[in-house]
Amino acid sequence: MKIFALLAGFAIVSFAASGEAILIRNADVYPVTAAPMKGVSVLIQAGKIADIGAKIVPPKGVRVVEAKGLRVYPGMLDSGTELGLSEIGAVRETVDTGELGEFMPQLRALVAVNPESEHFPVVRVNGITSVMTFPSSGGGGRFGGGERQVIAGQAALIHTDGWTWEDMEINRSAALHLIFPTIAGRGGRGGGGPVPENVAEMFGVAGAGGYTVARRAYEQQISSLNDFFDDARKYQKARAANAPGFRRDLKFEAMIPVLERKVPVAISAARASTIHDALAFAEKQNIKVVILQPRELGKVAAELKARDIPIVFGRVLALPETEDSPYDEAFTLPAEAYKAGLKFAFGTFNNEFVRDLPYQAATAVAFGLPYDEALKAVTINPAEIWGASGQIGSVEKGKVADLVVTDGDPLEIQTQVKHLYIKGTEVTLANKQTRLFEKYMGRQ
Amino acid sequence: MKKALLAALVELAPVCAETIVIQNATVMTVAKGTFKGSIVVKDGKIAEVGEKVMVPQGATLIDAANQYVIPGIIDCHSHIAIDGGINESSISVSSMADVRDVLNPEDIAIYRALAGGVTTANILHGSANAIGGCTLPIKMRWGKDAEGLIFEGAMPGIKFALGENPKRAGNPPGGRGGAGTTVAPRYPATRMGIEDTIRQAFDEAKAYKQEWDAYNARVAQGEHPLPPRKDLKLEPLKEVLEGKRYVHAHCYRADEILMLIRVADDYGFKIRTFQHVLEGYKVAREIAAHGAGASTFSDWWSYKVEAFDAIPYNAALMTRKGVLVSLNSDDAELMRHLNSEAGKAMKYGGMSETEALAMVTLNPAKQLGLDNRVGSIEPGKDADLVIYDKFPLSGYAKVQKVLIDGTVYFDRDKEVSGRPAKQAAKQKLIDKEKQQQRPAPARRPTGQGGRAS
Repeated sequence: MKIFALLAGFAIVSFAASGEAILIRNADVYPVTAAPMKGVSVLIQAGKIADIGAKIVPPKGVRVVEAKGLRVYPGMLDSGTELGLSEIGAVRETVDTGELGEFMPQLRALVAVNPESEHFPVVRVNGITSVMTFPSSGGGGRFGGGERQVIAGQAALIHTDGWTWEDMEINRSAALHLIFPTIAGRGGRGGGGPVPENVAEMFGVAGAGGYTVARRAYEQQISSLNDFFDDARKYQKARAANAPGFRRDLKFEAMIPVLERKVPVAISAARASTIHDALAFAEKQNIKVVILQPRELGKVAAELKARDIPIVFGRVLALPETEDSPYDEAFTLPAEAYKAGLKFAFGTFNNEFVRDLPYQAATAVAFGLPYDEALKAVTINPAEIWGASGQIGSVEKGKVADLVVTDGDPLEIQTQVKHLYIKGTEVTLANKQTRLFEKYMGRQ
Repeated sequence: MKKALLAALVELAPVCAETIVIQNATVMTVAKGTFKGSIVVKDGKIAEVGEKVMVPQGATLIDAANQYVIPGIIDCHSHIAIDGGINESSISVSSMADVRDVLNPEDIAIYRALAGGVTTANILHGSANAIGGCTLPIKMRWGKDAEGLIFEGAMPGIKFALGENPKRAGNPPGGRGGAGTTVAPRYPATRMGIEDTIRQAFDEAKAYKQEWDAYNARVAQGEHPLPPRKDLKLEPLKEVLEGKRYVHAHCYRADEILMLIRVADDYGFKIRTFQHVLEGYKVAREIAAHGAGASTFSDWWSYKVEAFDAIPYNAALMTRKGVLVSLNSDDAELMRHLNSEAGKAMKYGGMSETEALAMVTLNPAKQLGLDNRVGSIEPGKDADLVIYDKFPLSGYAKVQKVLIDGTVYFDRDKEVSGRPAKQAAKQKLIDKEKQQQRPAPARRPTGQGGRAS
């Protein structure tokens, strides 16, 4: 009896009936796309934001959430994670980020998302309601697995709550992940600039034999990449013409939306020279591009601006790339992008730090980025970059009700999230960590 | 070229200790509350602290209006400023290795830590061994030589390590002892074996100590016996038994923490700090009863199995249960924002401002036995001070100035204004290299002093 009551209570808190009408009353609303509104209410109906205003006539049976003194923000979006694909970095069996094979556009992150991952409830506590989850290099996280990917697969834009991956899906094919080759190294996660010659020799990577050999290997890789895209284009033509002997190919099928510029290619490229080469490649192949994890901009800022290409910053709290770089190199990069007029978003690129997404944005503010731009870079900007701004990214009538109710500035560490709504449903703020906390606080 | 660049950096740094008065600041003393007022620094020490102070003649004034001053941050777990590898992983008891012998004062991580408000760090050996190498605290005196970094008079330490790392170190999958290798697997490979390794070592150390005690007793009686043979492996362990060396034990799971407490109880020594101690909250009562401190991460988790039950409430929960808690970095990057890491103890578990700030200042000072020297803003203590532009436990705060022993070692204004000159000097060197038509020197990888958790 007691257990039943407990379970019933839990069910109500965590998974309130989807589609329930909720009125968040008397809050300060920060829509992000418009000026803040003090002392207004937000009506949620059928999973959407039905109304925002001072005088909303609540429908019958509405659940009222008193929010005087609290603030309402759009849920935050982390533009670079492995959520759902990776549970424990060091345990290969729990990591599904990196498949074998160099050109693997047909792989879909979405189908490998584990909705029961302990990471989802943990990141929700800080107001993160959706994430981009990326297939990447390294089948065993940091500890081995496939490491030769160039095209790692399709990244998915997902909600951080749902019964199944279909439930969680916002866009199953939000981007194709391309890890751009670098000279004597790979331009993947964590920046990965050119590998020093001595290190290259030690590990037998392409750098052994000096710059000329490394340069040749790099050009070879770019050429293979172009060949792959050219082949995909031939396939596209053959398919359209229903040419004799045409046979379906899953890899090339996956490339068609990319060639049609319907799906952007998210290119990991850290150094300015790599970004420059990546942009030349994109131009040649006439594809839509987003640059991931740039570690320097310099002269390519103008190129990015001229071609209206957005970027996703990796961790702002990162060490400088070289020994003699300024200590705050990574802290000031978002402000540099802002001054250059670029559109950008933030990503954490490591499951352990997804919940710290707002604090990465705050660091950028400390080092020169205007506050409003930082807030946009975790809400409306990524929604626009990933083609979902019609649904999420701001508090606007008609959008999906992904809302965070806080007691203060969501980018500030001490701020607490009081309520969280995903697709209009109030989601529990309890997780593995709060449960362990309560359990062991009770130990006498 | 590297030398020249370092010299350029060094030039920017230390200005000789002088009499300094920091005025109009919000002073967060940690020990005696927070107030608006001034700090007088004289001969490298804090001379006076108060709402109104007498300004000594000829003193340099630092106007810190709208700014905050906190005690220098102390990182109780770092691997920066170590030349080469941090692990002597060939053996399971490597107590003969000492970090003191391999300090590298040119590690740029020192300057970067300084720019993040860190003034003192506990420099630890890695975690590949059940009993690791000897350790010591240093100050971030950028520009001094290795000797100059050492925190004079500080109690030395030794690193122990439990759990996955010492198990795995000698036994990587397919590595040592794997098919096709000639190297034998290294004992221990389980948590059981780790307990045994530590007990074996302390049995030896006890016997060794008895030999020395007997010898010293005879010398005291005026005899002239032959001294026992000195054993560099057992010497540090003898010091542990004598309370002359602190044990800093890397650990994760509750079972292994409890195991080490019981082993220490049996051999009559104390664990000074449990490091990482991510499941410390499960055995907080036992840790408190033993009198050990706990030095943990704010919210790092899930990177390996033994970190999967980590909770961001660990620091607050252990504090509530009577454990002396500090927050550490174990990482050259995280080290640069321990102030905001402390802010997380307010979010997760409701620590007060002072309780949270103490976790990166006074508490680690106590854990290292240095609270008579550093950790709070009180007259008589070393003038190790950090000036922030905003509330220091906020993610928006930025370090403006850092003083160590009353000397300004970091000044953001000077750092920023000095950049064009540094860039020009660098360009000149590059041009010279190009003229000589030598291949450009290879870039050095950054991230020295990275985490070894």
